Formats: sequence, structure tokens, C-alpha cells
Amino acid sequence: MKLTADDIRHVARLARIELDRPDTEKYLEELGRILGYVDKLSQLDTQGVPPTTAVGASELPRREDEPRACLATETLLSGAPARREGHFRVPRVVE
Amino acid sequence: MELAARLRAGSVRPTEVVEAALDSIAARDGDVHAFLHLRDRTELLAEARRLEDAPRSEWGPLAGVPAALKDNMCMEGSPCTCGSRILEGYRPPYNATAVRKLRAAGAIILGKTNLDEFAMGSSTENSAYGPTRNPWDLGRVPGGSSGGSAAAVAADMVPIALGSDTGGSVRQPAALCGVAGLKPSYGRVSRYGLVAFASSLDQIGPFARSVEDAALALSVIAGPDPLDSTCSPGEWRLDRAELDAGVRGLTLGVPESLLGEGLDPEMKAAFHASLETLTGAGAARATVELMDPSYALSAYYIVAPAEASSNLARFDGVRYGLREPSADLLGMYLSTRRSGFGPEVRRRIMIGTYALSAGYYDAYYLKAQQVRTLIRRDFERAFEQCDVVVLPTSPTPAFALGEKITDPLSMYLNDVYTLAVNLAGLPALSVPNGFSRAGLPLSLQILGKPGADGEVLRVGHAFQKLTDHHRRRPEGMA
Repeated sequence: MKLTADDIRHVARLARIELDRPDTEKYLEELGRILGYVDKLSQLDTQGVPPTTAVGASELPRREDEPRACLATETLLSGAPARREGHFRVPRVVE
Repeated sequence: MELAARLRAGSVRPTEVVEAALDSIAARDGDVHAFLHLRDRTELLAEARRLEDAPRSEWGPLAGVPAALKDNMCMEGSPCTCGSRILEGYRPPYNATAVRKLRAAGAIILGKTNLDEFAMGSSTENSAYGPTRNPWDLGRVPGGSSGGSAAAVAADMVPIALGSDTGGSVRQPAALCGVAGLKPSYGRVSRYGLVAFASSLDQIGPFARSVEDAALALSVIAGPDPLDSTCSPGEWRLDRAELDAGVRGLTLGVPESLLGEGLDPEMKAAFHASLETLTGAGAARATVELMDPSYALSAYYIVAPAEASSNLARFDGVRYGLREPSADLLGMYLSTRRSGFGPEVRRRIMIGTYALSAGYYDAYYLKAQQVRTLIRRDFERAFEQCDVVVLPTSPTPAFALGEKITDPLSMYLNDVYTLAVNLAGLPALSVPNGFSRAGLPLSLQILGKPGADGEVLRVGHAFQKLTDHHRRRPEGMA
């Protein structure tokens, strides 16, 4: 699969990463080489092979849904770049 | 552990040990740059003094032992940068479970060590705060991504440090710095409070000079945790008899076909010498067939970036760390992530986002997960013929700073012997097994069946009883 500059711009938008023109060209080259390398997986026959999504414990443990102590709002907000009235403050979302 | 025993016997006091460790850091870390953050001296000495005043009966197994943490594990009140600008200034309000357990055992955590940004790299050159240097040769890299923790142990700044291993990030720096480094079985150690990179692969593991000390550290941090649902059930306890059982009666699986192309001749010679040592002590050997590691490398460089692209979505300037000002929300995301993330992290987010995007998911992510199944089956077959598999940890000894940083693919190839272990969830240990003519550490890797952490430690400990590579110190650092 040949990557295009449009693909790079599309992926950057999905990933919320700002690109300028030199970035686009650099990623086109680098991602192209990396994806070219990993394309060797297509040499392996995986017809009917189940995917491994996780290793280790096959079943997730369950517990009772009981209220427990948790960190205070004030503590959790302590690392926020901007806050107001007990909330994270962000720039305008809608006009 | 020798230091813990001397502390317990009263022949040295915790405050003296902490002073000595801080002095050695002050003397060497200007050159090595293993630490990103050191806790306040007064605070550390107060912690040591509290231990001195406590009754010995309350002392845990690591009482008074200085330790260091890779800076992607949360410790309440200390910075946690992940080697990234995007978390500059962030101080987590809670402790990782492994950190809590280490402290409950009496360890005194001196500070946080350098890493490749978000644990992505094999040289610690991807840190936004400058590289760490290899204590054996300051012109060379310590490996990565847990390069700071490996270098801190190698330079005798601390006897124990924790790292995280997603594709080799404990074992490869351990190898390049000449110390023991363990990647436990997936699920052995809680990842609560470890900043997530690739959740189906990440595992916390210890560095120490001796395998015995690494085993002790594992016994402290291992075990189930209600805060990490991927933890395996059941405690892991250090079984002294198993650790000391030697290698007689065990069969070492040797994947001969993987020992050709790309393997440094001195690494290869040391590997064969180690095999002789172990078979001389009674181990049997069997040739096993394993898949060409380039398939594991390919699967890894889809699975890990895909999971990373999802995990790192949380760094958006809203809740913690850096925020670039912008008139609207989307603009804030874009510019914060652009200036906060370094080039390798952005590259991997891009690869992962691409592999998960509409139209490519089956061709990349699903395919890689199917190959992961093939890799697991491949190991299952190999383990029918042997108890542990042995390999070099790294294809070459430590390389020069700057040598590979401009070529992502050649950097990725450093992990050719370590990646498959994470994809299959196995435990694996790296131990020093010799030195190159240039005086750089060489390494042996011991891979076990899932859950058989005790067995790889047993083989590593037996190897260290037969050899003294782990006793050698870098010049000027003993």
C-alpha cells in the first residue's frame, strides 16, 4: 500500500498532531519505510488464526461494586493548566 | 541482599547508606546523567532516620536500601515527566502500586531516572531532558528506554532500580550497562501508576547487580492488585531452594538459526562460552527452532504504536502538564501535542493511528495480532523441548551516542532479540556474560515459559555463581 501526502495529513488530523509541509514530507518518507518493512507480515499465512489481544489471565477478575475512598477533586485538579470552580478550564469549543 | 543484611545486622545505618548513595550520585551523575529528579536530601535523611528509630521487627526486606524509579512511574509529590516536555512540571497525587510496595518494604527511593520519551527508544537519546551516558564508556549510550535506571545501578549509585519493559526496555539497557535486568511474566507486577505505553505488552521489572537482588526486588513488587485487572492471580514468593537449585536437570533451548546475521562476533563468542559454562554445570542443551525475529519486530511495530496512539490521546493539555494557548479547543490540542511530544513519540503515534484507521485495521493491526498468536505457538513448541530458551540480549554491545538516532529502523533492530518475549508475555532475564575487547559489557538472555519467573532467575543465579562478570565495575565508579 503506497502512502500519499493526503494519507499523512489525514492521519495527523486523526492523531491531533499539527504538521507543516516539511513534516508531511518527512513522515511520508519515514512511515513509508517502516510500513514497507512491516509488510513482510503478509508473507505469513494467518488464514483462520485467532488474534491475540492479550496474554496472561484469560478472564478479567470481578469485584463487588462498592464505594471506596478516592482522591479529592481539589487534589485531582492540582496539576491542571487552567481551572475554574472545581472544573478543568479549556478554550471555547463552540462559537 | 548483602546491603540489606549489613543494615539489618547494624553494621551500617540507613542514614549512612543514604548519605553514601547521594555522595556517589553527586560525584558521578554530572557525567552519567542517570537521574532527572533527586528528592530533597533533608527529606531523604529524615526518612532514613525514621527507619533507624523503628524497631527492627518492623523492618521490611529492603529496609534502608536506596532505590531509583524510571520516571514513568508515579510517586506522590515527585515530578513524573516520562522524559517528555508534555508532562513538565506534573507531580502525580498518588503512588504506583510497585512504588508503594517498594516503600512498604523499607526501600528509600532517591529519585526518578531518565528514559526515552514515554519509554519509546533503545538508547535514552529520545529524552527531552538530554541523554544518559553509559558508565562503561561515556561516549556510548546506556541502551533504553530504561537507560537511567540501568546506568544508576551500573555506576553504583543505587543497588536497585525499577524500569519498564514493553519490547526490551529493561533487558537491553541492563545488557548494555552490564547489570541484571528482569522482565517478569506479563501480569506479574501491577502497572497501576505506570504511565501506559502499550498496555498489552508493558511490564515493570527490576535492575540489580546480582540476579539474587533482582529476585528479591521482584518478590517485593509482584502480586495481584485490585487496581490493575490484568494482574495474574496468586502471589509470587521468592523460593530460596528454587533459586539455589542450579542448572542440573534443566534443558537449555538454543535457537541456532537466530545466531547468524547481525550478531556481533564478540557477542556470539560470549554466548557460546556461556553455554559451555552452563552445560559444564550439568545443564543439557537442545536445538530449538524459532521464527525469524523480523516477524516479531514487524508485529511489534504495529501493535505497540497502535496501543500507544490510543494511550497517549490523554495528553492533550486539558488535565495536566503542558498547555499551549489557543483560541479554540482543537487548536489547543494540535499545538500542545506538537510542541509537547518529541519526534519519536509523534512518529509512533502517526504509525499507530494509521494502523488503526478505517480501511487499514485488518491489514495491519488484526494481522499483527494473528502473527502474535503464531509467535506464542512458536514458543509453546520450543518449550516442549526445553525448560528455558537462551539468546543474546542485544545484537551488539553499547553503540556510540548519535550513531543510530537518525535512522528509526536501525534503532528498532536493537530489540530484535527482546521483542518476541513481550508479544508472548514470557519472563526473561538479561545477565552480563563477558566483556568486549573495548571493555563493554556483553549479555546473555534467559527466556522462560509464561509464569516461570522463578526458573529464569534460577538459571541466571546459577550462571552468576559460576562466573564473576557481574562483579566487575566501570572504571572510577566503584
